Amino acid sequence: MVLIKGGTYTPLYGRDSLKVTVSDFKMDVYPVTHEQFLEFIKKTPKWKRSTIKKLFADKNYLIDWKSDVEIGAKQSLKAPITNVSWFVAKDYCKTQGKRLPTIDEWEYVAMANKTLPDARPLKTYNEYILSWYEKPKTFNNEIGSTFKNYWGVYDLHGLVWEWTLDFNSVLISGESRKDVDNDSNLFCGSAAIGASDLMNYAAFMRYAIRGSVKAKYALKTLGFRCVKEMSN
Amino acid sequence: MRNLKSTLLLLLILLSGLSCKNTTETSNDLTTYYCPMKCEDNKTYKTSGSCPICKMDLIAHKQAVSEPLNESDLSDESIFHLSSLWNTEKGESIQLEELKGKTLVVVMIYTTCKAACPRLVADMRNIEAQIPKSNLENLRFVLVSIDPKNDTPKRLKEFALENKMDGKHWVFLQGTESGVREFANVLAVKYKEISPLDFSHSNIISVFNMGGELIHQQEGLGVDHKETIQTILDLTTKN
Repeated sequence: MVLIKGGTYTPLYGRDSLKVTVSDFKMDVYPVTHEQFLEFIKKTPKWKRSTIKKLFADKNYLIDWKSDVEIGAKQSLKAPITNVSWFVAKDYCKTQGKRLPTIDEWEYVAMANKTLPDARPLKTYNEYILSWYEKPKTFNNEIGSTFKNYWGVYDLHGLVWEWTLDFNSVLISGESRKDVDNDSNLFCGSAAIGASDLMNYAAFMRYAIRGSVKAKYALKTLGFRCVKEMSN
Repeated sequence: MRNLKSTLLLLLILLSGLSCKNTTETSNDLTTYYCPMKCEDNKTYKTSGSCPICKMDLIAHKQAVSEPLNESDLSDESIFHLSSLWNTEKGESIQLEELKGKTLVVVMIYTTCKAACPRLVADMRNIEAQIPKSNLENLRFVLVSIDPKNDTPKRLKEFALENKMDGKHWVFLQGTESGVREFANVLAVKYKEISPLDFSHSNIISVFNMGGELIHQQEGLGVDHKETIQTILDLTTKN
């Protein structure tokens, strides 16, 4: 893990004060790999593919694995684990004495490029992410195969999407895309939600994914990593 | 001695009940058998064996009978698998499983909410008003706070009294931040703290059967609750 020095920034979706303050924390350098997840699964039978309750994962959970404790033939031990649900990702981190990052924390670290903590104004930064969206099957690539960012963290962009602790705080519904303003029925206080940087299409995609997944979904393109709060 | 006997008897009853549940192939009264060739159309037979016409082995037909809930028998999709701890407005600490056996009508709110929650709460009361008194016994209306920091058991109790929701079929729950997030994810409820004391959240009323399986969800405010009410009636008048 590496230390992330906290700070204040404006995320794509601000709160009413727009700025968000993130405290110091530590973040995993890489996403969790098949190898690490396999170790975890062996010790935690309740999350095995054959025993997991439907409440906690849909049918795509570890779908490409050969068995409960063997990864698929085409999968690499060093590639990021995907096809995992939020419930299991959350428990994995907890078992390690860590937790999933919040959206604010994840986005804060992911603003960086190789040299700057906030590279979002740079054209190259956004282009890099968008070019990743065009590449197929990057979830098969091994960890560390993208760049090391300002904080010393790899693979935030370029391999897989990642679960966040509070992904379900993204309030975008099908209804909110319509012109008519009837989603005030769905969401209390929805007027306070709005994109603060509409140019940031790359980030918009991430929020759209978060707004559309459910916690039991296990997607092939969605992995995770953990963070740890600093004890004072 | 008599005590021992009655304990043994009880054990026997329990065991026979359990074994009955665990075996699927034994011919209890509910199992019927049918011929794979359907020689006599859809005729079913009460005992296993072979078809009187083509002599092929009969196949057991499991009937979907709604049995009373078995203690050890939670469905895979039951919310009672969640192990988080909750405080009630009465100050008790419970797990969701302690609500097992009741039909649950669940909504997520927070008590400082000025916009949608009063309407959500009104919706819950409207639903309650349309349920016959005799059904309330098997029913719990559960209001889960998405603001565990501010909605203490004391605050929830006050809220219950203010809104005349202090009957024993109303339950208010304060969880932990992580427990609430997890619960919201099971209900597919979204919420976000906008500022202290103010949240955005989706307005969803969910109905669970007594095994904790999600049966019905209604999204939106002031919408027609006919379906929700019908679901509740179906679930609470079955026996």
